[in-house]
Amino acid sequence: MDLQQDYFALFGLPQTFDIDREQLEQAYRDCQAQVHPDRHAHRNDAEKRVSMQWATHVNEAYRTLRKPLLRARYLLSLRGVDAGIETNTAMAPAFLMEQMEWREGVEEAREGGDVSDLEHMRQRLDLHERELRQALSGQLGDTAADGEAAADTVRRLMFIEKLQIEIDDALEALED
Amino acid sequence: MALLQLQEPGMSTAPHEHRLAVGIDLGTTNSLVASVRNGIAVCLNDAEGRAMLPSVVHYPRGGAALVGRAAQAHQVDDPRNTLVSVKRFMGRGIHDVTHIESMPYDFLDTEGMLRFRTVNGVKSPVEVSAEILKALRERAEASLGGPLVGAVITVPAYFDDAQRQATKDAARLAGLNVLRLLNEPTAAAVAYGLENASEGVYAIYDLGGGTFDISILKLSRGVFEVMSTNGDASLGGDDFDHRVFCWILDQSGVAPVSDSDARRLEGLARRAKELLSIEEEAPIRGTLSTGDEIDLTLTRETFVDITRTLVNKTLAPVRKALRDADLSVDEVKGVVMVGGATRMLHLQQAVGEFFGQSPLTNLDPDKVVALGAAMQANVLAGNRTADEDWLLLDVIPLSLGLETMGGLVEKIVPRNSTIPIAKAQEFTTFKDGQTAMAIHVVQGERELVSACRSLARFELRGIPPMTAGAARIRVSFQVDADGLLAVTAREMSAGVEAQVVVKPSYGLADDEIAEMLKSGFEHASDDAKARAVRELQVEGERMLEAVQQALKADGALLDDEERARIDAAMAALRTAVAGDDAKALRQALDGLGRETDGFAARRMDKSIRSALAGHKINELKV
Ligand SMILES: Nc1ncnc2c1ncn2[C@@H]1O[C@H](COP(=O)(O)OP(=O)(O)OP(=O)(O)O)[C@@H](O)[C@H]1O
Ligand SMILES: [Mg+2]
Repeated sequence: MDLQQDYFALFGLPQTFDIDREQLEQAYRDCQAQVHPDRHAHRNDAEKRVSMQWATHVNEAYRTLRKPLLRARYLLSLRGVDAGIETNTAMAPAFLMEQMEWREGVEEAREGGDVSDLEHMRQRLDLHERELRQALSGQLGDTAADGEAAADTVRRLMFIEKLQIEIDDALEALED
Repeated sequence: MALLQLQEPGMSTAPHEHRLAVGIDLGTTNSLVASVRNGIAVCLNDAEGRAMLPSVVHYPRGGAALVGRAAQAHQVDDPRNTLVSVKRFMGRGIHDVTHIESMPYDFLDTEGMLRFRTVNGVKSPVEVSAEILKALRERAEASLGGPLVGAVITVPAYFDDAQRQATKDAARLAGLNVLRLLNEPTAAAVAYGLENASEGVYAIYDLGGGTFDISILKLSRGVFEVMSTNGDASLGGDDFDHRVFCWILDQSGVAPVSDSDARRLEGLARRAKELLSIEEEAPIRGTLSTGDEIDLTLTRETFVDITRTLVNKTLAPVRKALRDADLSVDEVKGVVMVGGATRMLHLQQAVGEFFGQSPLTNLDPDKVVALGAAMQANVLAGNRTADEDWLLLDVIPLSLGLETMGGLVEKIVPRNSTIPIAKAQEFTTFKDGQTAMAIHVVQGERELVSACRSLARFELRGIPPMTAGAARIRVSFQVDADGLLAVTAREMSAGVEAQVVVKPSYGLADDEIAEMLKSGFEHASDDAKARAVRELQVEGERMLEAVQQALKADGALLDDEERARIDAAMAALRTAVAGDDAKALRQALDGLGRETDGFAARRMDKSIRSALAGHKINELKV
């Protein structure tokens, strides 16, 4: 079974970073309505297996396109741009420096049990994230867009996401 | 004989016969069975008109097991052989269960899942649950007037893989074809949502006898999308009883008590607790076997006081579920209360305060899970009508991962992922010439393996010797629509494949179940045997017909060799159908099933592709 059809085509969407969320959601639901195992529960094992594989594929496609960062990475891979995720050597030293400072800040706030500090940092990161996402909509707009710049933005967003997760974990730990 | 009923091997569905299917709420305290009759979901009652079957099983010496009220009658006089709340032990080892020392059973510490030693032999929680399910199956077959095509069995949303697998095993052992394991809060959402035509974000708060679930769902145009779920698989009304029980001991100064007096006091405690949902105070009176008299009054105020921590314990999972769904409290449109324990007033109040709105208690919290399961069973069995076009999108409650260096967990499938889902990760060897790799599958949120549940261990062998770090071992997880996991490991780099498929099973091994079912057949009467043979023949005829049709429609999907093998398997089945040898029939059915497996898969794929293409064409027209 060849499930390699691209996710945008699966949902009938144009290959761009900006997508209509409503349309994505509706297309996802329409697809699941066709392939989901609940629709094929009365069939034989081989048929049920195929239905599960398709439903798995549709879920993965939806998850990828719904999350902006995953969507951006997926677009880069479709366009043949290496985001250099494994080798983060491509990052500007100033940016890496800034990241280290952030990390130390989170660490400090966690150890000090400072909830409001953590929340404040979370808000600042969220703001930053929004700005970078806006940049992506141009960088990953149409095929003529700027893949290298987009790759850089994606790497930055990945750092931010990591920090956000760290902050959330710290907040959760403080709550328990 | 339903035990030997085969799964439908046909490649098409027989048109428009109503297929008997049920939903079963296998509860810690009470179990129910429901079905859709004339388009309406109803609970099926026992001869006395009661829907709820107490989840109690009594094993008398030598005799057949008693289930329900008949078993309950022995709770006090024979606690050791009368098993209550067995759901708490499903998929659990002896070290997983809290307060185990105060339980009146003779436990056996067996690998994977504990067992009970009874006067009637050693029983696993799976077998005990199967007794309950069997009683419900028989009730349903008598009431619906025929054998069941299948059942949807509900499980707490927060059940892990071992608990789910154990539940499925129990159902199979009870002779049920499991159409789906369905999460209890999701089942409740279906019943509630369809009845009230709800749209928007709802929280389902389900506190039963032994388990607590919170699920956040988005209901929109016939789609029930679970956004997150959380809970505590060992928190329920039982724990409130236990608090009252301890209070009684404390106030009366009678401790320690015998097992049978403990059961008596637990009963008193539960009655007092339930009474406090309507009265301001509850009397607790009784005489122990020692002659000690108990005469106490429990006020609502004291009850609230001694159980406050339990109520609060449910709110932490609620908070986590909201966070995982990325929602705030005021985005929740309604809070649906499910489970008998949500009748407690202080609990309703606490939940109301948390959400800033009164919880919805206008449905029967005992029945709603079974009713929702029945509706889903009806649809899954293929009785769907045009207005029953809903779709459930559920999630996996707990992350799945693998043990890595230093006893740490590498998460592969994160919690609250929509199922079915598949994920893969690559690993490598760390020694030169290493030919085997140990794989340890775990479930849970903690970083340390020791703090998570171990689901399965296996070894991938036959890795070609290479230098350290050169092998590429791909471990794949597939979680199906029941929330059950299968793991595959494969060595990729040298083009040599070694593959292991593991279905973690803490219940019974597949062949153990097959063995039990087979011995059932051997002991069956001649009559039943003849019937079973007839059923197999009918099955064979149906399958031949279906394959014939499929070949006519899509024979082009096959090459000559495949076609020849299918033809041979069909000929073998035709011969078997003409005879009356059950074993030969089963072999021939299996044989044709095997040969047509790939064909069926290809046809299915083709039909799904054309369905997907079709809906896109429709969309363009809009
Ligand atoms: N009026 C009441 N007031 C308080 N608690 C009650 C009342 N009625 C029933 N309960 C409690 O509800 C619990 C049983 O609820 P329910 O039947 O929903 O559980 P279950 O489905 O068997 O368990 P679970 O869903 O956890 O597996 C028992 O603890 C029982 O004491
Ligand atoms: Mg329940």
